[in-house]
Amino acid sequence: MGMTVAEKILARAAGLPRVSVGEVVEPAVDLAMSHENSALVINQLDQIFEGTELETRVWDPSKIAIIFDHRVPAETAKTATNQKKIREFVAAQGITKFHDIRADEGGICHQILAENGYVRPGMVVVGADSHTSTHGALGAMAIGVGATDLSAVWALGRMVNVEVPASIKVVVDGEFRPAVSAKDLILYLIGMISAEGANFRVIEFHGRAVRHMSTSGRLVLGNMSVEAGATCGIVPADDETIRYLREEACVTDPIVSVLPDADAEYEEVIEIDVTRLEPQVAKPHTVDNVVPVGETEGVRIDQIVIGSCTNGRLDDLETAAAVLRGRKVARGTRMLVFPASWRIWAEALRKGYLADLASAGAVIMNPGCGCCLGIHQGALGDGEVALATTNRNFKGRMGNPNASVYLASALTAAASALTGVITDPRKGGS
Amino acid sequence: MAEVVLRLGDDVSTDAIYPGRFMATVLPTETPQNCFADLAEFNKKLRDGQVAPGSVVVADRNFGTGSSREQAASCLKGWDLVVVANNYSRIFFQNAVNVGLRLVICPTIEAAEGDELEFAPDAVTNKTSGKSYVIEALPPARQAIVDAGGLVPYVRKKVMEERAR
Repeated sequence: MGMTVAEKILARAAGLPRVSVGEVVEPAVDLAMSHENSALVINQLDQIFEGTELETRVWDPSKIAIIFDHRVPAETAKTATNQKKIREFVAAQGITKFHDIRADEGGICHQILAENGYVRPGMVVVGADSHTSTHGALGAMAIGVGATDLSAVWALGRMVNVEVPASIKVVVDGEFRPAVSAKDLILYLIGMISAEGANFRVIEFHGRAVRHMSTSGRLVLGNMSVEAGATCGIVPADDETIRYLREEACVTDPIVSVLPDADAEYEEVIEIDVTRLEPQVAKPHTVDNVVPVGETEGVRIDQIVIGSCTNGRLDDLETAAAVLRGRKVARGTRMLVFPASWRIWAEALRKGYLADLASAGAVIMNPGCGCCLGIHQGALGDGEVALATTNRNFKGRMGNPNASVYLASALTAAASALTGVITDPRKGGS
Repeated sequence: MAEVVLRLGDDVSTDAIYPGRFMATVLPTETPQNCFADLAEFNKKLRDGQVAPGSVVVADRNFGTGSSREQAASCLKGWDLVVVANNYSRIFFQNAVNVGLRLVICPTIEAAEGDELEFAPDAVTNKTSGKSYVIEALPPARQAIVDAGGLVPYVRKKVMEERAR
């Protein structure tokens, strides 16, 4: 019996000829990522070394990436002190893949990893962030964990007690109609299989619609796979992956794709034809509460948010700018735009997208996680409603348990910004 | 005997357990203050010392869905709460085991706030209703971490073996 992409990558990393579902392995880690929560990872690493009489040292500082994104610039003295402590750790340990609060290198961790070519097909990537599943889009096995699990990786250079997950094969055929994109597809899939439909499993994406999708779209699929509980959302690497890594991430060294065997065993195969797919919206307060946009049309929106590791990339800003160019965000609705990285911010500036958006009334925020997780910037008032291109709509997510968040694509969000109510992008807005 | 002090449903998110706005607080000694902060009444009970150690939070499916924030596990552990749910979201499940929070997997649990539960190795009995429910064992890879007293001591042992070489 053949192996899935996840099985092949874990077997290679564990130094085994093959692995099978449920087998417990200790895969070597190629990249370990964390953000401001590095403060806790450092604390846990100190605990691991406590009483050992060994010097606290990470296994390989060149394989650790630390990016400030969750609270940038710091919103409180506490955050600033955590960030200071992390900077000192980075310097002491010689960590090179460090992205500070700087407009020449900063951004959201998942975008930074992709656009700097830190992730390659076949890698094992571990991140102390649930959306680490994003990097499956580049053909890697990318696993989100908590801080103590990451501190174990920092200490040992490998993950311990990993049960090889089963994979679900999702075959996406057909062609997207205008106004429908990767975000609508992944929302539809999550709605279909539920918030736990892929818990403890990997989703492996196949089919014509995925092969024809840009890496930006594939990153959306990987990113939100975790919203169905998936350990990772993998798109097996292909010509587009290599194009992205060469042309956009400036990778020059050899790239080796890991593809599934023809006789790989999947726990389940799900077939989707996107030809008839409509724009989708996830209603409050769970990500799997998904309906076609038509069922939410007319819902009043106080705040539109375009950004995040899900949909804050250049194509999202381009889409929004095209809708809003020469027009205005509806009075009574505010619009916040968070580019996913400063590289994207600069490119959007150069192409005029930021000016188009700002002229329409949108507030251009600094790249970072922004209001997605309710820490700082753009909190909602009591009873207010947001429509966001982000990835979660849990109660309290945007800083207020008495507010509501709807999730949609950048196009749906932009069309709704013009009207101030949830709007089907095929009809209104443009 | 342990009292059910909080009864929740499906898909309890880590934002519900530990809201994002408190994420700058990371130390397990400090996170318990913000445990279920948006359930203000329950949070106050915890902080006022009105919840006995070993008390139980009961939920249905997919407990701990969402963010990888370990605060969601450490804040519950800090009050010495026990969680009984049908099943758990992966990252929360691993975090809980890593930090020593006691999780009970009980696919059919029926209990209401105020009920008294009694735990046996393979079953939980609701003393209030008189019914018993089967408990699923932790997978061996997680039980090994529990047996070591958490992930920190588990990894410390490996570090000492490997770096001493």
